Amino acid sequence: MTMTSPHVAARAGEATPAGRTARSASRRASRRSWAGWWFIGPFMAVFALVFLAPIAYSIYLSVFRNQLIGGTAFVGLDNYARALGDAQFWSALGRVSLFLAVQVPVMLFIALVVALALDSGRLYGRSFFRISIFLPYAVPAVVATLMWGFMYGTRFGLVGNINQAFGLNLPSPLSSELVLASIGNIVTWEFIGYNMLIFYSALTVIPKSLYEAAEIDGAGQLRVITAIKLPAIRGAVVVASIFSVIGSFQLFNEPSILKSLSPNTISTYFTPNLYAFSLSFSGQQYNYSATVAIIMGLITMAIAYAVQVRGMRKER
Amino acid sequence: MIKTLTRRGLLQSSAVAAALALGLTACGGGGNAAPQQTVNSDAVEQALQKGGKLTVWAWDQSLKKVAEGFEAKYPNVDVNLVNAGTGNDQYTALQNAISAGSGVPDVAQIEYYALPQFALSKSLADLGQFGAADLDGTFTAGPWSSVQAQGGVYGLPMDSGPMALFYNKELFDKHGIAVPTTWDEFLEAGRALKKADPKAYIANDTGDAGFTTSMIWQAGGKPYQVDGTNVGVNFSDEGSTKFAETWQKLIDEDLLAPISSWSDEWYKGLGNGTIATLSTGAWMPGNLVSGVADGAGKWRVAPLPQWEKGATSSSENGGSSLAIPAAGSQAALAYGFLKYSNVEEGVQTRIDGGAFPATSKDLASEKFQNTGFKYFGGQKANKIFAESAKNVPAGWSYLPFQVYANSIFNDTAGQAYVSGTKLKDGLTAWQKASVKYGTEQGFTVKE
Repeated sequence: MTMTSPHVAARAGEATPAGRTARSASRRASRRSWAGWWFIGPFMAVFALVFLAPIAYSIYLSVFRNQLIGGTAFVGLDNYARALGDAQFWSALGRVSLFLAVQVPVMLFIALVVALALDSGRLYGRSFFRISIFLPYAVPAVVATLMWGFMYGTRFGLVGNINQAFGLNLPSPLSSELVLASIGNIVTWEFIGYNMLIFYSALTVIPKSLYEAAEIDGAGQLRVITAIKLPAIRGAVVVASIFSVIGSFQLFNEPSILKSLSPNTISTYFTPNLYAFSLSFSGQQYNYSATVAIIMGLITMAIAYAVQVRGMRKER
Repeated sequence: MIKTLTRRGLLQSSAVAAALALGLTACGGGGNAAPQQTVNSDAVEQALQKGGKLTVWAWDQSLKKVAEGFEAKYPNVDVNLVNAGTGNDQYTALQNAISAGSGVPDVAQIEYYALPQFALSKSLADLGQFGAADLDGTFTAGPWSSVQAQGGVYGLPMDSGPMALFYNKELFDKHGIAVPTTWDEFLEAGRALKKADPKAYIANDTGDAGFTTSMIWQAGGKPYQVDGTNVGVNFSDEGSTKFAETWQKLIDEDLLAPISSWSDEWYKGLGNGTIATLSTGAWMPGNLVSGVADGAGKWRVAPLPQWEKGATSSSENGGSSLAIPAAGSQAALAYGFLKYSNVEEGVQTRIDGGAFPATSKDLASEKFQNTGFKYFGGQKANKIFAESAKNVPAGWSYLPFQVYANSIFNDTAGQAYVSGTKLKDGLTAWQKASVKYGTEQGFTVKE
């Protein structure tokens, strides 16, 4: 808003039919570029400080190596070469990619179904339903993970209680085989409401006349969904997908907290972010950690961009 | 209570010592070694009389009373006790201050396992200049060997964690199982307990670097050899093998509860008879009182089981020292405080505050030994702890990068607890990862 206001003012000036208009307009024109900078200046300063500077500093860090014995030395792209050949890094990336491939479609599908149900107008107690599904998103991720971690307990947690009550022997959700799925469950629980809200708000702006026309044409509910609703919210689906891709690659809170409950099944390189974290905060390898972070940033950007391009192409 | 909890928690914490290296590197360039003039005890006494303002960074609550006593004895000295964070947080702040060259405290609390890292970077003053070497014999062997590094003395031991076996007597009595005195008997007791009650476990363990190294220490193993920047890591010695073999049996037969220490399940398990024993440091009672109220009166203390029948070997788990950062300008005055707090009157003050001392004299004192613990049914547990403190094998050292090594324990050795990996192979993997890291960091590492 603030960025466009000078233009609005200038245009209003040009349109004024008074005698002094020409002169004042030209004066305004010469000042216009500076006025714009004044408006975006504060933003640019903050942007440079909190966004560009850390990236520049990370890149700077990534071309050095420091050792407990021997100090700091310039190593060029050695850290990048090391990361590309680092099995732990690739296993972390593979893990979040698997997570992305399974958890994101499941979560988005459920969110979509819920949004369509809310939008159908046939749901009793709609606002209660909406708020209760959105509520988990309002729970901080750390708290949510602690809560789920407790429920996952096979002795005194919910899983333990179920085992006891029904005489079952459910495997621990935190075992090596299940831990990634268990984390996926927590993340899905947390973010269904958030994605549902994106879809639902996109659905509410579809003109009612389209539905009326569909009704006249004799289209059923399913047909309305596939022919009107889904095409109309494709943009929202693309946006939600991009957020989810980024979120998956940045997976950190959940494994980092569950690690204290299950230290052996969640390694220090479980996700790329966890790996970068342990490299710098327990391994003191800041330079290599910065390298890992930069590579992950590039990969995330590339994949998010691919999702966007693909989503938008279909939209046309 | 919080103090001991965090101290212990820190040992197993993976995200530790954030800015250690930041400071270490910064120092690497400067290499500010402490001026090696020899100051005799008169200088310390003079500094104490002359007085000044002394900044002490420590999270141990019992030091508050010590500082008051110190100020009363030396009225010219003004002690500013600062809690700059617990463990890791404080190390980060300390390293930042050292690299910045300003705001460095005169005295800092540093845990034994982190001390070598600071000593290596010459961030700490060698207390040898004040004649600290003469204190040999004042402290029990474990803590005393922990403050020696690089051929100097880099701190004075403040407290210690001689290990003992805490056990749920009620559970043992109920099933008629004898309290184990050797680790073989421990294994047998584990089997018997499981037979009697399939839901009970002799102990909990999900792989803990601090515990594992302590156990190997007791078994006489010396996996870490440190001589300056020459480091040896070898988990195939006799002590390590003894531990790995016995523990492998416990793991294979599902005798260890897969419950991580300090978790909710753990506290519950200690109270409700799921976990029958706990082999840990003498600082544990406070945590039991506050965290496991259900266990009051049920639990007792016994000497740590032995690797050989009739032996009396013990080990250390946890504990911290007070050290003097090399960048401080009042080293003599600071040493005066260290001595007051850790050797002289301060020790008793801290014992009264519930701390477990590291001084041989106080451990042997009648009053200390005759203190009855209500939680342990009136048992005079300090006798066992004090005996344990005397029997810690000398010559143990931690790596100068132990903080990192501990953080990757579960990636490697910990796999033995959840997969088909053998503990022995897990320890070898841990060794390899430690060697790799050490080499990357510029140490000369041999396996």
